[in-house]
Amino acid sequence: MLIEPLLEIRDVSKTFPQPRTLLEVLARQPKRTLHALRGVSLMLRPGETLGIVGESGCGKSTLGRCLAGLHTPEGGEILWRRQPLSDIRRADRSRRIQMVFQDPYSSLNPRMTIAQMLDEVLFVHAPSMSSAERRDRTDSLLQMVGLSPGLKNRLPHAFSGGQRQRISIARALALEPEVLVADEPVSALDVSVQAQIINLLESLREKLGISIIFIAHDLNVVRHISHRVAVMYLGQIVETAATETLFGNPQHPYTQALLSAIPVPDPDIRSLQVGVQGELPDPLSPPPGCGFSTRCPFVMDKCEKPIPEFFDSGGEHHVRCIRAHSSTFSVPA
Amino acid sequence: MISPVARERWIKFSRNLNLQLGLFMLGLLVFAIFVFPVLIAHDPLAVDFDSALIPPGADHWFGTDDLGRDVLARVAAAGLVDLQVVTVCVFVPFVIGSTIGLVSGYIGGVVDTLLMRLVDILWAFPFYVLVISIVGALGPSVGNMYLAFSMVVWISFARIVRGEVLLAKRQEYVQAAQVLGFSHIRIMARHVLPNVITPAIVFMMADVVLTILGVTSLGFLGLGIQPPTPEWGVMIAEGRNFILDGWWVSLFPGLAIVYVGITFTLLGDGLDDFLRPKG
Repeated sequence: MLIEPLLEIRDVSKTFPQPRTLLEVLARQPKRTLHALRGVSLMLRPGETLGIVGESGCGKSTLGRCLAGLHTPEGGEILWRRQPLSDIRRADRSRRIQMVFQDPYSSLNPRMTIAQMLDEVLFVHAPSMSSAERRDRTDSLLQMVGLSPGLKNRLPHAFSGGQRQRISIARALALEPEVLVADEPVSALDVSVQAQIINLLESLREKLGISIIFIAHDLNVVRHISHRVAVMYLGQIVETAATETLFGNPQHPYTQALLSAIPVPDPDIRSLQVGVQGELPDPLSPPPGCGFSTRCPFVMDKCEKPIPEFFDSGGEHHVRCIRAHSSTFSVPA
Repeated sequence: MISPVARERWIKFSRNLNLQLGLFMLGLLVFAIFVFPVLIAHDPLAVDFDSALIPPGADHWFGTDDLGRDVLARVAAAGLVDLQVVTVCVFVPFVIGSTIGLVSGYIGGVVDTLLMRLVDILWAFPFYVLVISIVGALGPSVGNMYLAFSMVVWISFARIVRGEVLLAKRQEYVQAAQVLGFSHIRIMARHVLPNVITPAIVFMMADVVLTILGVTSLGFLGLGIQPPTPEWGVMIAEGRNFILDGWWVSLFPGLAIVYVGITFTLLGDGLDDFLRPKG
């Protein structure tokens, strides 16, 4: 590639050990682990928005938390401009990668005013700033996210969900990070407010040149904001492509099913329903082969094992499905 | 200009009857203990056999005891002694227990497991048996009473705070502080502690009531503060031999204990409402 990636995620895996009951310990049953991430590889370029979609429990939040440093991956590595992220000190890492959380009602300390919150970030990371400089910077941060600095001496409970999410964004951007991990930043908000926050993120990305990893389950929102999209299923990426390619020509049956589930506001258009039966398999014991094989309408014997490799169908469109490998499947040259 | 936060606090306070009444009663108590003894002429320790067991009247408002000492002066003087003891016996465990609970809950893992098992062990002992055996083994003195209470009472604060910390740790504002690269000390002190300490403060008020009962019970049993130092429990014990002839000797220190109990119960309820954040 011409542009060097900012972040490279290589084969990252993360498991969570499940607590055993006393009976299970006594019966010497093996420890069970939840496989949240199973060999995830992705890369992020400077200035782009990467959407990550998937149903709840697919590991998309875990991936975001690994990037922000809230979880430590067990396998694989995350590179920041070719340097392992694990070698970077916590304070330095926080100046590069910041995060906006899902729940605006729990992501702000209820005992601190907005001014105190932003001031603290600057105080910790820029000790050379005078308190007057910090006050000016706090005001300009609030203006940047569309809030009046006159409100800064209030506690979080005085603000609406949308305003709180703006405050969260201002707090994350106070350190001028290069990557912003947005973990379902609008799913807790009203639809009318969602659009405002999305547009704010989009304009901030353009103005500041940051990259955004946008985690969501709402496909319309992801389509609107992302340059590229990665679809996750059961701890794995099943398909990544540029947004229009993915939405125009989805190749993985799971992606096709997801897209066909988007409601179309026109009763004359009947979407081609790709049927998906059943529930997400137990992440404590994922299927040995393709993760989607238990629900896929096109399942074949070959799907049952091993885990299919990524297939590059050209133009940075990668699909983890053996049907994409076969010649009967149309592949753009 | 008043800040919006201060304004909200004032509105909250003005609607909080429990807190207002509790503070008023506490003010009255402080006045009775610190100012009143200066105003009345009687010495709480002066023995005068000529004026033994005088019923409450104009000269001795609360009467006199069997040694002719003024009961009102002694109740007020005992208040100073008891409140001093209670302050140490509640505040020291509050600080120790809250710190242990905060660190234990925040760090988690083996440290947390070990500390909480220690708490479980201490919790399993009957409170009074433990206090009495410590005081009994080391001898009755104020210092040993401080030691006995401090060793036992911190576990309650540690438990309360730790439970709250486990809840607060899951809140996204604590995770946000971690992502922002703050030191763990800062996260504990500025982001976790202010959000977990309210139940401990409320319990501290209830604990004042429990401790005043504990201290006066030890005094009554002769294991706490020793005569002739005035102390409410000691005074009740001294008066019980002639409860029929001189009911006032035991009654007024008993009422003082009840008064303190009501005051701190009201304060606890009031603070619970006042300190809980909105939304």
